[in-house]
Amino acid sequence: MQITAEHFKENARDALDDAQLQRALSKVGDNFIGKRAKAVAALPEFEQLRAEARAIKDHTLDHLDLYLEAYEARVREQGGHVHFAETAADARKIVLDICRRVGARTATKGKSMISEEIGLNEHLAANGIAPIETDLGEYIIQLRGEVPSHIIAPAVHVNKDQVEADFRRVHTHLPPDRDLSEPVSLLAEARGVLRDRFLAADVGITGANFLVAETGTSIIVTNEGNGDLTQILPRVHIVVASLEKMVPTLDDASTILRLLARSATGQDMSVYTTLSTGPRRPEDPDGPEEYHVVILDNGRSAVLGTEYQAMLRCIRCGACMNHCPVYNAVGGHAYGATYPGPIGQALDPAIFGLEKTHELPNVSTFCGRCESVCPMMIPLPALMRHWRDKEFERALSPATQRFGIRVWAYVAKRPRLYRFATRIAMRALGNLGSAAGRFKSLPLAGGWTRHRDLPAPAGRTFMDLYKAGRGRA
Amino acid sequence: MSGRGTVLAKVRRALGASADDTVRKSAVAARLESPQPNTIPARGQLDREGRVALFRKMAEGVSATVEQISSDDVPSAVARYLRGHNLPLRLRTGADPAIAKLPWDREPHLERLEGASDGRDVVALNHAFAGVAETGTLVLLSGPDNPTTLNFLPETEIVMLSADDVAGDYEAVWRRIRERHGAGALPRTVNLVTGPSRSADIEQTLLLGAHGPRALHILVVG
Repeated sequence: MQITAEHFKENARDALDDAQLQRALSKVGDNFIGKRAKAVAALPEFEQLRAEARAIKDHTLDHLDLYLEAYEARVREQGGHVHFAETAADARKIVLDICRRVGARTATKGKSMISEEIGLNEHLAANGIAPIETDLGEYIIQLRGEVPSHIIAPAVHVNKDQVEADFRRVHTHLPPDRDLSEPVSLLAEARGVLRDRFLAADVGITGANFLVAETGTSIIVTNEGNGDLTQILPRVHIVVASLEKMVPTLDDASTILRLLARSATGQDMSVYTTLSTGPRRPEDPDGPEEYHVVILDNGRSAVLGTEYQAMLRCIRCGACMNHCPVYNAVGGHAYGATYPGPIGQALDPAIFGLEKTHELPNVSTFCGRCESVCPMMIPLPALMRHWRDKEFERALSPATQRFGIRVWAYVAKRPRLYRFATRIAMRALGNLGSAAGRFKSLPLAGGWTRHRDLPAPAGRTFMDLYKAGRGRA
Repeated sequence: MSGRGTVLAKVRRALGASADDTVRKSAVAARLESPQPNTIPARGQLDREGRVALFRKMAEGVSATVEQISSDDVPSAVARYLRGHNLPLRLRTGADPAIAKLPWDREPHLERLEGASDGRDVVALNHAFAGVAETGTLVLLSGPDNPTTLNFLPETEIVMLSADDVAGDYEAVWRRIRERHGAGALPRTVNLVTGPSRSADIEQTLLLGAHGPRALHILVVG
């Protein structure tokens, strides 16, 4: 996709003015948040599982080279193929080469954010292979020529009447007078249209929620069953997965599975959790004849062993964005990079480079809800803060902003000067604003007062009040 | 250098792995050789009756339907379900001996076809390897006995599950699979199925019957 993260402010303004989008977003937050809270409350061991899950991933990441080798050996023993891709371009080439070798004309696809990250659909289409998204949400946005606006609910920004219009525009072989007024009729139509595509596809491409080293297994988690039809019907199954999907054992995968659906949709367990190991066996009556796993690095190994490593614990549940006030206000497209919301603000700079994405770590109120709900206990605000430091070091932010921060740092590092300066400023602002109790405009604070009033300070600083209050306790 | 060499070298360098890596290697080998369970929720730690009751409650909570019967009654329960739902008396199954040996002759009008599905079957019957009480989840293994296509292509899936095979948690099922298939080995596909197929991708309205079965009926036997 085109990275437009540097235009976040413009994107956000457009998003706030987009009535359709705001209508769709109004249904997001409460739904996900309420369901998650209910599911978590029903499992007393949830906090303990979180701590264990974090430990599992930390251990795996600390030994990632060895687990990758163990995993690869198991896949090979079962007759599968493992391909390592250093970059997005490498991964695209590996997938395209497989498709070409088997003479594929169409490829069905299960929902995969890695596929979005590497721009796989455009690449396949440009080379004469039709990619067919089969997750309902992904199918809708493919028809619309869009990218996902949420990592587990890709079409969350689209309203029902828009879906109806898209289906009427594309499914021209169906009677024009059919009733599509209800979601259930839209779902039935998509099921019918896609069923034929499933049965005709030459290659099926899925992502992976986990790669299990113990057994050489890839695991996908879906509710629709589309990922399964994608991988059991075509002759070739290709899994695209980033290297941090690794877990050591089935027991470890089970622990994290107990967190995944609860954090994502508030289900105890998603409908289909599917473990795939190698190609079909000689006695099997169904399943793919070839099984390939493409393991993608794309910037992740550079994060290992650094203060950013915790982002690789992410299991892509989407809880951080569901709980984010910024995401809920502007939706996923405004972020302008593959991964929206708080996890994207931590991850996108590592994948797409800070130069193109340095606005993202700043798009946060640091309210901390993302970290508090993250099943893998990823310190998202801290990761964003690290990126802000890097942004400053590399002089990526505007010169005036950096100058302001330098001035601030100079004053803040000198407590006497700081107290003196704030005492004068608070007194002046307190006097000036005492009548109205607020400022409608203020020099140098236009960015704030353009959108809301600035409450007038009380006239005394915290330190003054603290000193005065001493001895009273 | 190959993609493999490059990626693994980058990972090793980032982790500061030394050439003599015995400590890390033995940690990984130990973990893979004897997989240990982590915390297992107390919810499913019940006796046989308790597990079956919890399985039923959880499965019904995700819109599956559940019937408890004796094994000889499976053919008539299947026929009754099909008639009750106005479905054709035709059924696809795999070659599972536990299904083949059932008294199908008691339902002479019920036609049973064996083998994988090509997408034209309306109803399938599979035999689950296990159930998991914790979340009302079925565990189905691929192979000629219970082809994976039967779990996804037909609109209605009926699953036979022995009450003795209802475990409390997933970890107990992995132990059973390891005993049967050997350490580190799995059938090509292991399906954990928790209710019938669904989607909430249109305005977050939850609808059953996305791409997989619209209905899941579970016969708990024994």
